[in-house]
Amino acid sequence: LEHSDKQVRMLDRFSNKSTSGTLHLTATHLIFVESNAAVTTILHHHIASVEKLSLTTNGCPLVIQCRNFRVVHFVVQKERDCHDIYSSLLRLLRPVSYEELYAFSYNPKQNDQQREEGWQLIDLGAEFERMGVPCDQWQLTDVNRDYKICDTYPRDLYVPITASKPIIVGSSKFRSKGRFPVLTYFYQEKKAAVCRCSQPLSGFSARCLEDESMLQAISKANHNSRFVYVMDTRPKLNAMANRAAGKGYENEDNYSNIRFQFVGIENIHVMRSSLQKLLEVVGSRSLSASDYLLGLESSGWLRHVKAVVDAAICLTKAVTVEGASVLVHCSDGWDRTAQVCSLGALLMDPYYRTIKGFMVLIEKDWISFGHKFADRCDQLDGDPKEVSPVFTQFLDCVWQLTEQFPQAFEFSEWLLLQIHEHVHSCQYGNLLANNQRQREELKDRTHSLWAFLLSEQQNYVNPAYCPGHAETHPVLEPSTLPCHFKFWRNMYLQFDRSMHPRQSILKNVLTLKENNRQLEDTVKELEAVSNLSCLPVCLLVCLSLHSRSLFHSLILAMSLSVCLLVLILSHYLTLLFSFWVSWSLSHGLCLNVSASCSVSLSLSVSVQKFFNLKALFAREICLITCQNQNSQKYKI
Amino acid sequence: MEFSEHIKTANVEDVVLRRPFYQPTKGTLCVTGHHLIFSNRGGDSARPFLLLLRNIDAIEKSVENLLGYSRLFSSTGQSQRPSVSSGTITLKCKDLCVLQLDIPGMEECLNIASSIESLSSLETVSEMYPFFYRPPFLSLQDQWGLSSTEQHYAQMKEIHDGWRVSQVNRDYSVSPSYPPAVIVPHSIDDETLVKAARFRQGGRFPVLCYYHRETGTVIMRSSQPLSGANRKRCREDELLLQAVIDGSELGYIIDTRSSQQAQQARMTGGGFESKSCYRGWKRLHRQLEKGKVLQESLIKLVEACGDQSHSVDRWLSKLENSKWLSHVQTALSTAGLVAECVERDGHSVLVHGSEGTDTSLLVSSLAQLILDPDSRTLAGFLGLLEREWVQAGHPFQQRCAHSAYSHVRLRHEAPVFVLLLDCVWQLARQFPLAMGFSEPLLLRLAKEVYASDYGTFLCNSDQERCVTGVKERTHCLFQSLLRANERQHYSNPLYERTELAIWPSIQPPSLQLWKGLFLQWTDDALHLVEAQKVIQNLVSQCHRPLNEKVENTDG
Repeated sequence: LEHSDKQVRMLDRFSNKSTSGTLHLTATHLIFVESNAAVTTILHHHIASVEKLSLTTNGCPLVIQCRNFRVVHFVVQKERDCHDIYSSLLRLLRPVSYEELYAFSYNPKQNDQQREEGWQLIDLGAEFERMGVPCDQWQLTDVNRDYKICDTYPRDLYVPITASKPIIVGSSKFRSKGRFPVLTYFYQEKKAAVCRCSQPLSGFSARCLEDESMLQAISKANHNSRFVYVMDTRPKLNAMANRAAGKGYENEDNYSNIRFQFVGIENIHVMRSSLQKLLEVVGSRSLSASDYLLGLESSGWLRHVKAVVDAAICLTKAVTVEGASVLVHCSDGWDRTAQVCSLGALLMDPYYRTIKGFMVLIEKDWISFGHKFADRCDQLDGDPKEVSPVFTQFLDCVWQLTEQFPQAFEFSEWLLLQIHEHVHSCQYGNLLANNQRQREELKDRTHSLWAFLLSEQQNYVNPAYCPGHAETHPVLEPSTLPCHFKFWRNMYLQFDRSMHPRQSILKNVLTLKENNRQLEDTVKELEAVSNLSCLPVCLLVCLSLHSRSLFHSLILAMSLSVCLLVLILSHYLTLLFSFWVSWSLSHGLCLNVSASCSVSLSLSVSVQKFFNLKALFAREICLITCQNQNSQKYKI
Repeated sequence: MEFSEHIKTANVEDVVLRRPFYQPTKGTLCVTGHHLIFSNRGGDSARPFLLLLRNIDAIEKSVENLLGYSRLFSSTGQSQRPSVSSGTITLKCKDLCVLQLDIPGMEECLNIASSIESLSSLETVSEMYPFFYRPPFLSLQDQWGLSSTEQHYAQMKEIHDGWRVSQVNRDYSVSPSYPPAVIVPHSIDDETLVKAARFRQGGRFPVLCYYHRETGTVIMRSSQPLSGANRKRCREDELLLQAVIDGSELGYIIDTRSSQQAQQARMTGGGFESKSCYRGWKRLHRQLEKGKVLQESLIKLVEACGDQSHSVDRWLSKLENSKWLSHVQTALSTAGLVAECVERDGHSVLVHGSEGTDTSLLVSSLAQLILDPDSRTLAGFLGLLEREWVQAGHPFQQRCAHSAYSHVRLRHEAPVFVLLLDCVWQLARQFPLAMGFSEPLLLRLAKEVYASDYGTFLCNSDQERCVTGVKERTHCLFQSLLRANERQHYSNPLYERTELAIWPSIQPPSLQLWKGLFLQWTDDALHLVEAQKVIQNLVSQCHRPLNEKVENTDG
């Protein structure tokens, strides 16, 4: 399988530039090493399609489309080599069993205990406790301990106190795939619950008393509101069509105390082709601004993203303003439901806007409640109609929010991009497979993504994050004006460097912040030293002030002579300090300031007295602080 | 003429002012010759709100006979004057802000409205506010403007061999829109210049605007040659261009019209440099819109930004329909082309369109920003604007008479300068560390160009400025922006000088709508404004303990 090919050129897809180098094919990666030693690495799992174009005079072109939106265009000089690479890639492209995935061969040099600990980092039981569940109205049920009631749900489920086992069982039989209403988020302030489920098997007229009492129980668990909102996230037409297949939606007449409404998010097929169109538009060369905007519009992607955010806002308003409980579902309750529930929780709860909290959110609403990662992200060779960018769309929605509220999120878009990368890389066990039940078997031999991301979380910090924002804005109220929904260039064109700003503020500010931290340490050290050196002088001053008698004047004279001695010594001391200061500062960001400061310091040594030392330091500290403040004030 | 003639009602009490980001406030409205002054009754801490009448682009009034007016504020417990009628004046400003004034009393309302209407449309330059603005921190004795052509020339030692300063236009007789002094090739005498000028529209013969040290090539600009339908030639003009490229080399003429437009221009006496007459010069056409098309683009864009509909499709289609981003893209790509000719191919470039006062300036100044690190500093950028726009004779008064809201029939209005600022913003967004100035500066300029306390953007040319005494009787904005405390506000703290050219990406996904300008007054921009404030507060909070410690140590 190992294969290398020299004399390969890689073409930039937007300009006429190309680089030549060597292409290596390993068991897990495709590696292109340019002649200037720059390396492009492509994981086989990331490759969505390989296409061999017709032979040209320069060689044989090979176009590789990746799931992380990388598009590479190689030209291999010899057709034979090209065919070899092509056929090897085709064989590698479609793994059929989980064992073939990279997660099982990936070894980050950890022992078993460390690997185990990595899996323990995120604990959903603790998360529900944080929300205040179990409580007097909600309890943990063990009905699904062995995945008997619903094999796509997790083992631990939270239901209203009044929902007895027969009710749960009956309700689950009336719901598609057995996904009965369970708690996913509890808004403690108003004791309002966000629940999720799949569509009822109501057909045109079927009823289920247990399901009705299940909703009744959810309603009763909330004293704030007399009714439960039922949000069907599908367009009304789709829901109606489902009735013919014996599925459908809740009839308001059968359920007492519900308020039913459609939200109108399109299904996975629409989303798939929408993103496809979007990528075609932005991938075309020499695109005019008009064609771009028209293409953006006709792809409908931003419209769909907005629909999801709108639904989440609607959910958030019902819960936080009205204090009502909401039941969210779509068809099977693992795509649109996951999107809306998790985005809603992100808007309602500042915890989910932290790095760890965001991981918990994904673990809860996506992983444990059975979003079909394997099918949707095309991890194993399967039905292409099951593939859909539902999770990508969720990340897109989150990004839109981070753009609107730059100070509300602890993480930057780099975290979102990294998570997206690993949904397709199949490198970690978390995001493999379709549900918890399948995943349990894989956990023993794979590593946790969260452990990896948390270990390098300083890379994902948003420098503008302001923890105080959570107190002033516990609930985010995003604008739904369309101009706030933008094309996420850093996601969909992340590998086309020519499209990106040539200098990154985010990177720069992160570096500044780090330097700032170091400077603050320096300042602390400086202060410690200056305090120390002032002590004897202060003592002397005190002494001289209190000396009135003749006897004391003798001491005064003595002390003055000591003072003089100290002064002479201090000249050398200040000189030393100034050198030290300039040295320590030259490692900081403000070289020019430190230079001028050190000059002024050494000049002042000759004229200034010892008492001025502290003022000097103070000025210096001020200068550093000002410089840093200015740097940070820049709009991010 | 007295301003008071226009003011029928100078003061109105109990006016409610509604403006973006503020709660409606009640106070006294006062109309003066140049301002609307709104002072909050009893609010001693709040400074009065001052609006330059020149800033008002459109005024809409509606008068109602309402009994319910006093009820509106009855909850506040203030004493109410019973009023039977009231009116509402909506002021749409050139800085795109929309304000609303609720005025009790129909007559007062109509009086105020008509005063605003007539005062805001006064055209006499010497009556404008800059002639009355006397801030304590500036003196009329200060130098007006940052630099002159002679000073600029003196700084560039390396061009002294090949180029000279010509005073041929000292009495503005050769070209009314050029400054008195221009830089031209050494070998061309003033007599030749005079003859070449007769062959160019408005007498704008080719002059130097940028010398690129690395390659020793230049960017020149001019207006179109007046070759006309019968393909006239001008020996002197050809000599002048010949002298620029010095025989053997090649030069590029970037015509900012399409070749079809250039052909058509011949029918009206204009034209282009034909290949046979100008040996060594290669002509490229890049169509940049200007005039009415550009103004309408701005109007459509502002209308799209004000649309409160919640449909993404509608927004995108309106944004597309405005074509504003297309204009940004073309301007940047043409400037990139010019810069590429100079830097990568090492050839000199002549830029012109028809009059040479709009798109030529846009392209030449953007190309300089791309190439020249000196023009990317705060002072350097203002210097560039002064040279390439103010002195070079961009007709500011005509172009910026009205902005996007005006209902007045368009004459010469065109937001060329705003387009420049947008392009500069795009550049700064792509190279956030390369520019010495920050977004607030661009926003300030976008505001000042339409209505200003300063005289910098008054008049259409240097000549007019001399005649009306702008330089003696007004203050210079650029000088004011470079004062220490202003300078700090408008500097980019992340600035790191780079000597390299900054090549912008002109792919549409790299270009963005300039929210800071076009959406600055929408309620939702508040999120971002708020965010900026919070970030600033956060930073100062971070440092407060440090500052306190410093103070303690100091004390």
